[in-house]
Amino acid sequence: MNHQFSPTALGADLQSVGVRIDGVNLFYGSNHVLKDVNLDIRPGEFFAFLGPSGCGKTTLLRLIAGFNTAQRGLVRIGDRDISALPPHKRDVGMVFQSYALWPHMTVRRNVAFGLEERRIPRAEVERRVDAALDLVGLKHLADRRPSQLSGGQQQRVALARTVVIEPKVLLLDEPLSNLDAKLRVQMRQELLSLQRKLGLTTIFVTHDQEEANTICDRIAVMDDGRVQQVGSPQELYDHPANLFVAGFLGTANVLDGEVRGDGTGTAFVGKGFTPVPLPRTVEAGSVGKLMFRPQNLTIRQDDGEPRPGCARLTGRITHREFLGASIRYAVDIGGQQVQVDAPHQAGDPLLAPDSPITLDLAADKARFLRR
Amino acid sequence: MTSLALSRESIARVRPGPAAVAALIALFLLLFLVVPVVQVIFVAFQDKTTGAFTLVNFADFFRNDLFMRSFWNSFYVSAMSVVVASALALPLAYLTTRFEFRGAVLIQSLGVIPLIMPPFIGAVAMQLLFGRNGTVNLLLRDHFGFSIPFMEGLNGVIFVQSIHYFPFILINLSASLKNIDRAMEESAQNLGCHGFRLFRRIVFPLAMPGYVAGASLVFIKVFDDLGTPLLLNVSDMLAPQAYLRISSIGIADPMGYVISVVLIVCSLLALWVSALAMRGKDYATVQRGGGGLARRRMKPLELVAAYTVVLLILMLVLAPHIGLSLLSFATIWSFSPFPDAFTMKHYHTVFVESGQYITNTLLYASLAAALDVVIGTAIAYLVLRTKLPGRQWLDYAAMAALAVPGVVLGIGYLRSFYGIPMPFSGQPLSSFWLILVFALAIRRLPYALRACTAALQQVSSSLEEAAENLAATKLRTLGRIVVPLMSGGILAGFVTSFATAAVELSATIMLVQSQSDAPLAYGLYVYMQSAAGRGPGAALGVFAVVIVGLGTYLSHVIIERGRRERGQER
Repeated sequence: MNHQFSPTALGADLQSVGVRIDGVNLFYGSNHVLKDVNLDIRPGEFFAFLGPSGCGKTTLLRLIAGFNTAQRGLVRIGDRDISALPPHKRDVGMVFQSYALWPHMTVRRNVAFGLEERRIPRAEVERRVDAALDLVGLKHLADRRPSQLSGGQQQRVALARTVVIEPKVLLLDEPLSNLDAKLRVQMRQELLSLQRKLGLTTIFVTHDQEEANTICDRIAVMDDGRVQQVGSPQELYDHPANLFVAGFLGTANVLDGEVRGDGTGTAFVGKGFTPVPLPRTVEAGSVGKLMFRPQNLTIRQDDGEPRPGCARLTGRITHREFLGASIRYAVDIGGQQVQVDAPHQAGDPLLAPDSPITLDLAADKARFLRR
Repeated sequence: MTSLALSRESIARVRPGPAAVAALIALFLLLFLVVPVVQVIFVAFQDKTTGAFTLVNFADFFRNDLFMRSFWNSFYVSAMSVVVASALALPLAYLTTRFEFRGAVLIQSLGVIPLIMPPFIGAVAMQLLFGRNGTVNLLLRDHFGFSIPFMEGLNGVIFVQSIHYFPFILINLSASLKNIDRAMEESAQNLGCHGFRLFRRIVFPLAMPGYVAGASLVFIKVFDDLGTPLLLNVSDMLAPQAYLRISSIGIADPMGYVISVVLIVCSLLALWVSALAMRGKDYATVQRGGGGLARRRMKPLELVAAYTVVLLILMLVLAPHIGLSLLSFATIWSFSPFPDAFTMKHYHTVFVESGQYITNTLLYASLAAALDVVIGTAIAYLVLRTKLPGRQWLDYAAMAALAVPGVVLGIGYLRSFYGIPMPFSGQPLSSFWLILVFALAIRRLPYALRACTAALQQVSSSLEEAAENLAATKLRTLGRIVVPLMSGGILAGFVTSFATAAVELSATIMLVQSQSDAPLAYGLYVYMQSAAGRGPGAALGVFAVVIVGLGTYLSHVIIERGRRERGQER
């Protein structure tokens, strides 16, 4: 199972192209599935559509492949508008979630299919099929049927079948969701190394933030048919544009309160914590919430002054989860729940539920989000 | 080896209750399925006078021109029926699965309408509509000066059979088309394939198993059918030959038995070929997120063409029903496109003369169906929920009835039970009406068994364990939990068995000795023998269709309600 994609002649002269999605709106009947989607995916980029199920990410992918039609908006590959082209003329390769390997054909025939449809001479078909199977390390299984392969092998055949036609863009629809956890970690590294080797512009649909974070250059987080934010994994985590993105990538603590000004600046004020200073961009009276990560909080054993630049939260532990490297405490702050992670060393005592607790929040790490 | 390996432990685990039930069922299957069929095979290999083993009978069969002609005719008719039935079913299956088509409901009813009329009932009506002097040809000759020999000789059998049996292909083919993961088709498009190539390279190969299953079923059904050729006066086919030999020469004549063996062998061969074709091709590819081929909207011209095809086929399919209804109300209908006048007197005749046909049918069919679901439930329970050694064989034996044509079973019963006198009356046991019920029960058992097995499979065994955990005995659990939960499936099995047993002719015709014991199908056959009897015969046929139609509708309602109750949609 331990296989690294081997170098090959395949794709050596592939020209990377970008994908542009302009003002796309798509309806299923009266159901508005994609709302004003604009994206600019750069040539050679490994790009993810990330979001919960039903957010429209697969619909958007299928729109690029030509299986859905948008009522408004354009899809461009390179400089060419492909919105009106039927799927079989688009030259975008798609790997399906179910792999969609044809059970009545051998692995070799599956991989050769797209080349045969392009009326490529027999000898070249065989040569390129061999190269593609070599690329995914399955040359020795070329005469098997898909049903005789393991899930990981089927996945590789599906990949080989798609990249062998040297598509302009590679689309991956939740490619790892049918694999077990261990294989998933391995396959995502292999996917990344294949993508780097071929330099192929790749769009990856997933609902798993870890998958997207570990292999993608940039991510479009989607919810309710809208792109919520586009950015690198770190940008999205550190500077989420809204509460949805904050909650979808990692754990977010969210506090209710109001923004008050005192002439020198503004601060976030609420029950159970001292005012948290906000940047000047936030005006007094703004409506929104305060978001911060569990690791932005520090547990204070003494009742002394908060450290400089920190706000003070006081509350009561409601319950705790022992995670090994750390302990996650859920704390009631004036009727609102926050979570705090305390690093754990052997022999450290745990804090008991229902005991009072004092927390310091690094104010510069907290973000004020309007929605 | 396995019997020796049965440890003390596993013998001790066999509880007496299930074992007794299994033994009872085994005895029933042995007496009324295995013995008669083995008897038939045995006699075929026996010298007529000395009783010694011989192949002479088979040599006689293959040397006899009439039998050889009958054999090839049967083969030809079955093969052609598959071809014509495919030609009817393919466009319909393709339309429903591949396009957004409002006619889908029409097509679904197309799949059911033929099945609610046994083919031999429709045969006479088809003769009147499509025969040499039937409605269509009279009109054609008057207006265009030519006619089409729809119903001449074997054509008639092929025509009637393919209209009746094409739903088997339609249903199986549509199901397997629906089971193709949409992504299978989309990935081919994604790789540059489209249009007819897409259908030929991807869609049709993936639907092949369903098609083969339907086609082999049609082949076997047509090959074994007795009623249709008999009513169309085609005697040079195998099943009619077997019947005629036994009924005219007597049960001692070996040729009837030889033909029976040939029928069984051909049925088995067809089953084997279809199993071979499907081996290793478990193409059910639906996965999560999948489901059915991508549907396309039709262009206006395509839409017109589609509706034309569907309406044409609908008219063909309804023809036997329309013809039969017309005939049942007609005074005289001969050498004219339509009946001269209409009357109710045939229905009156049927009520006065033939009430016993209807009451007999209701009695026999309900007894047979009741027997089927009791045995079906018992076998399903034994197979799925007990560890009784050899339980699987009950299932195999019951299913083996599929490969036994009705004529063969009838001949076997005659041979096995003719020599046994009944107590008191001294009549042969084979003419006792209960024997007829058993024959019907054996014929329908495979279908009832599958319905019951499917129903039990849907009952989670944890529901039973929960009942036992709360101190219910096995028997109480069976009565209070299992059977009530299976009731939808059992009822559906009962209704289908009842409806099809009500119009069974091939085994019936061999076994009925007196008019007073005869069921509806037999009465219909007798009526149709004479021109004067056609009117009342048609009226009786209308009764049969109503009974079967009601039954089919009921089972549909029951199955749908069951699904809704279990919270499954569609």
